[in-house]
Amino acid sequence: MTAVVPQRPTGGRLVDQFEYGLDAPICLTWELTYACNLACVHCLSSSGRRDPRELSTAEAEGVIDELQRMQVFYVNVGGGEPTVRPDFWHLLDYAIGHDVGVKFSTNGVKLDRARARQLAATDYVDVQISLDGATAEVNDRVRGTGSFATATQALENLAEAGMKDFKVSVVVTRENVSQLDEFRALTDRYGAQLRITRLRPSGRGADVWDQLHPTQAQQRELYAWLLANGDRVLTGDSFFHLSAYGEALPGLNLCGAGRVVCLIDPVGDVYACPFAIHEQFLAGNVRGEGGFQRVWQQSDLFQELRSPQTGGACTKCAHFDACRGGCMAAKFFTGLPLDGPDPECVQGYGESALAARDLDLVTPRSHLDHSHTGPVRGQPTLLGMPSIPAKTCDESPLAGLRLG
Amino acid sequence: MTSAPAAAVFDPALPWRRARSVALRPEPFGALVYHFGNRKLSFLKSKTLVTVVETLADHPSADATLVACGVPEAQRPAYLRALADLARSNMIEPRESL
Repeated sequence: MTAVVPQRPTGGRLVDQFEYGLDAPICLTWELTYACNLACVHCLSSSGRRDPRELSTAEAEGVIDELQRMQVFYVNVGGGEPTVRPDFWHLLDYAIGHDVGVKFSTNGVKLDRARARQLAATDYVDVQISLDGATAEVNDRVRGTGSFATATQALENLAEAGMKDFKVSVVVTRENVSQLDEFRALTDRYGAQLRITRLRPSGRGADVWDQLHPTQAQQRELYAWLLANGDRVLTGDSFFHLSAYGEALPGLNLCGAGRVVCLIDPVGDVYACPFAIHEQFLAGNVRGEGGFQRVWQQSDLFQELRSPQTGGACTKCAHFDACRGGCMAAKFFTGLPLDGPDPECVQGYGESALAARDLDLVTPRSHLDHSHTGPVRGQPTLLGMPSIPAKTCDESPLAGLRLG
Repeated sequence: MTSAPAAAVFDPALPWRRARSVALRPEPFGALVYHFGNRKLSFLKSKTLVTVVETLADHPSADATLVACGVPEAQRPAYLRALADLARSNMIEPRESL
C-alpha cells in the first residue's frame, strides 16, 4: 500500500504537529520477554511463556545503541515480567550507560531488599509496581493469589531502601475504580506515586473487557476524580477519551500510536502501540535491514498513521477536538471501525455502536498468545466465577450529573 | 538523584547558553528538548527558536542572539517569553563570561 504523505502545517499547536509524527518516538514501550510468573486475566500481551525467538542480549544491546543514536531519551520496559530475563539487570545498566533512561514495570517478584538497594543507588531508573486492587481481595481476583502480597513486599523493600519517585501502576477496572482514594493512601504510605491507566480489550484483556471495563457512571466518577486529583496522579495520558465530558484532562489528548509512541515486542517486532499486538498494526522488525530507525521512519503502516483523521462519524461530533475519536486499539479489538467512536465514548456513541455490531461478528484476535498452557500457582479465578451483576448501589453518587 | 539547581531569573541582557545537561533532538517542526538531570521534556516549536537556543553561547546576550538570528522585531517578545520559560525549567542557563 502506498500512503499519500499529507503536508505538515507550519507552526500551530504541538498536538497538531504530533499527528504528523516525529523523527523518533518521544518514548517507546519495550517488552523484553513474554515470560511471566503470573497469569493476569487482563494481560494486554497474553504473556506467560517465553518465546524462543526472543532477542538475545547482544541484539537487545544493539537496539539500545540505536535508541541512543536516535536520541530516544527513555523507554518503558515491560513484558511479560521483564525481571525474569536473566540479563535484565545487565540491560538496565547498559541502557542507562547509553543515555537511555529506563522506566520498568514489574509485579515485584524479583525486587528483594538487595535489588531495591541497587535500584535506589541507580540514577535514571524508574520502577513501577503493578497493582490492580487496593486490597488483596480485589487485586488477587485478576492478578492471582499472593500477587498483592508480592507487590506490597516489593513496595516496602523500595521504601526501606530509600528509593525515590517509584510508582504504583493501576489498571482501572469496574472492580477497583471505587478504590482510587485507597490507592492514593496506599501509595502515600510507601512514599510512592500513583499511576492509573485505562483497561484495553487487548490480549487476554479482550476476554474480560465486557466484565471489567468501567461502566458509564464509573467513567464519569473517574473523570471527576481526575479533575480533582489529576495533578498528583500519573495517567500516561491514557484517559483522553474522557476529555469529551468537557474540560480537557492534562497531557496529550491524542492517539500517539506510530506518531509519538510504539512498541518493540520481545522478538523485535515493532507495533504501533503496546495495546495493538496484531498483524494489522505490525510495522516491521528491529532485526530487519535498517533496524528500528527504518521501521519508525519509513514503514508504510506508520506513514499511514501519521495524518489527521478527516472522515468517519466522529469528525462530525462536537467533541471530536477533545477526544479525537479515542483509542485505536480499543475500537479495533471490540470490532468497531477505526474512524468511528471509542467503545467507551462518554457521549454514549460507543455503546450504541457496540449494540449495532453484527451478531455474527468475530472480533479480531491477535496472532500471538503466550499464555501458560497448564495451571499456574495462584491463578486468578475471575473467569471461573459467576460475574457479579452491576447493582445501582454500586454506581457513583455522581451518576446522572453532567459535568462541563 | 542529582538535585536540580534553582532556576535563574531570565535577563535577556545577560549571556546565556543551552544548559550543559540538556540535549536537543531535531524534529520537523523544531526540536525536542530533554534535560538529563531533571528528566523534563519540552519542545521548541520553530526552527528559528532552535537556532536561537543553539547559538546563545556565541553571543554576548540573549537580545544579541535574537538580532543575530534575524528574529523580526515584532516577534521578539514571543521569543523572549519562550526563553524565559526555558530558563525557568533549567533548559538554558546563565553563562559566566562572554
